[in-house]
Amino acid sequence: MKYIDETVVMKRMKSRLKFNKLWKSLFLIATLFALLCLVVLLVRIVSQGSGYLNIDFLTNFASRFPEKAGIKAALIGSLWLMAVVAPVSIILGVGTAIYLEEYAKQNKFNDFIRTNISNLAGVPSIVFGLLGLTIFVRMLGLGKSVLAAGFTMSLLILPVIIVAAQEAIRAVPNEQREASYGMGATKWQTITRVVLPAAIPGILTGSILALSRAIGETAPLVVIGIPVILQFLPEGLLSEFTALPMQIYDWAKRPQEEFLYVSSAGIIVLMILLVVMNSIAIFIRNKFQKRY
Amino acid sequence: MIKNDTEKLTLKSSENVGEETSTKIITTKDTVFQSKNFDLWYGDHHALKDINLDIKENEVTAIIGPSGCGKSTYIKALNRMVELVPIVKTNGEISYRGRNIFEGNYEVEELRTKVGMVFQKPNPFPKSIYDNIAYGPRIHGIKNKRVLDEIVEKSLRGAAIWDEVKDRLNQNAYGLSGGQQQRICIARCLAIEPDVILMDEPTSALDPISTLKVEELVQEIKHKYSIIIVTHNMQQAARISDKTAFFLNGEVVEFDHTDKIFSTPTDQRTEDYISGRFG
Repeated sequence: MKYIDETVVMKRMKSRLKFNKLWKSLFLIATLFALLCLVVLLVRIVSQGSGYLNIDFLTNFASRFPEKAGIKAALIGSLWLMAVVAPVSIILGVGTAIYLEEYAKQNKFNDFIRTNISNLAGVPSIVFGLLGLTIFVRMLGLGKSVLAAGFTMSLLILPVIIVAAQEAIRAVPNEQREASYGMGATKWQTITRVVLPAAIPGILTGSILALSRAIGETAPLVVIGIPVILQFLPEGLLSEFTALPMQIYDWAKRPQEEFLYVSSAGIIVLMILLVVMNSIAIFIRNKFQKRY
Repeated sequence: MIKNDTEKLTLKSSENVGEETSTKIITTKDTVFQSKNFDLWYGDHHALKDINLDIKENEVTAIIGPSGCGKSTYIKALNRMVELVPIVKTNGEISYRGRNIFEGNYEVEELRTKVGMVFQKPNPFPKSIYDNIAYGPRIHGIKNKRVLDEIVEKSLRGAAIWDEVKDRLNQNAYGLSGGQQQRICIARCLAIEPDVILMDEPTSALDPISTLKVEELVQEIKHKYSIIIVTHNMQQAARISDKTAFFLNGEVVEFDHTDKIFSTPTDQRTEDYISGRFG
């Protein structure tokens, strides 16, 4: 007795294959739609902004006149911001990830912490802005400084870095740790000599992607009250400053049409910065990735 | 030290080379590991039950038994590697050279420096061959390049792989074949100059020729080290070991000289297992 009837199988074959093709095209359309939107956006921004994009735009301060307006203060301000955010968030984030993955015992409390760190990554950025305003700007009296904004942004991207670092650390095979412990290595030696070298590509990739999120975030800066029109560069960590997304936001909401084009030029600068950072992340991942 | 063993044997002592006599009579072989009423639980699962075993130095002790009988758990208890599993509980004692390794102030790092381990799956680090071998000496504080060079060469020669890799010490150990990787792991273990080497099914992931090489290697180095090898391959146990322990359901059924176990076992279950009736 055969359970599979060949004639029935052959009869259904055509419709099965057709259905298969149909789904393939649907998924392709979904992809193309996203791509199309991106292309429209890019074309619009480049065609509007490229006219204003020149050396003067990079070296001028903000101005009432669109043709004199420049992005110098915002660009340098964003770099200052990154100089605070990068070390603070990476050191705290990787430290937390190492603790959770390598030291923390498996119990209810630690499971609770692990789950909630992932949830924190989904908290809206404006909430972090309010947190920063309350703690750093007011309670600690740091004002609208690079340091206050930097700490706020660090808190914002910390969960993302922790989760990325945890995953990178977890991806190091346990056999590697066993080999190290088996020779009498301490936990610290095992972490610094075996676990971290293997996890570094994943950690850095995650960190750079998180940093590029921080560089584009506007809401926390608005809440903190970062000024927009500055005619000077920050002199230190406690100076006032402005940042790229703030500047772009300000230009975009001005009534004169020309400022819309200036704003597009600013977006181009911001996007170039993001592409560069993401390329570094991809480069690091490909260059240092280890296979087991 | 335990003096209840009356075996007599002649032993070429590597430490006495250069003195007037390099051969001396040892009346008792020292016990390296003595397990007394040792129990181990994974959570609620009673994995090792009342283990009593004396393992002598400079011998190859094979541990055989069907899957899940506790043989791997037992050798992982000997260097306390089993504690990496958080839910493990132990009772009773295992002494290494007369000192209970589960004693409160016994540091695992100290124990594992004396008791090296080779794992089931070759697990070299994704580093150069040189850095793999130098890993152990380096964590114990040796920085002198010349000393490290010597240790690397001596260990690779000891693991009979020097000639195969001497021209590519700076290449990644992952470029080697599985069998070579396992011998690199043995060399890496020799580099910390251990007293005992624990081997947890070291050839189960290897092809027959690589297996043969590892077995020959075990024969060559057993005069300098005490070796405890877990194997699911009974022929292997018969070929390379001096003594064999048969584990079943977390208990030691029989422990004796290997030829005795394989020719005239006293327990019916041992006989059933080695004749292939189960397992």
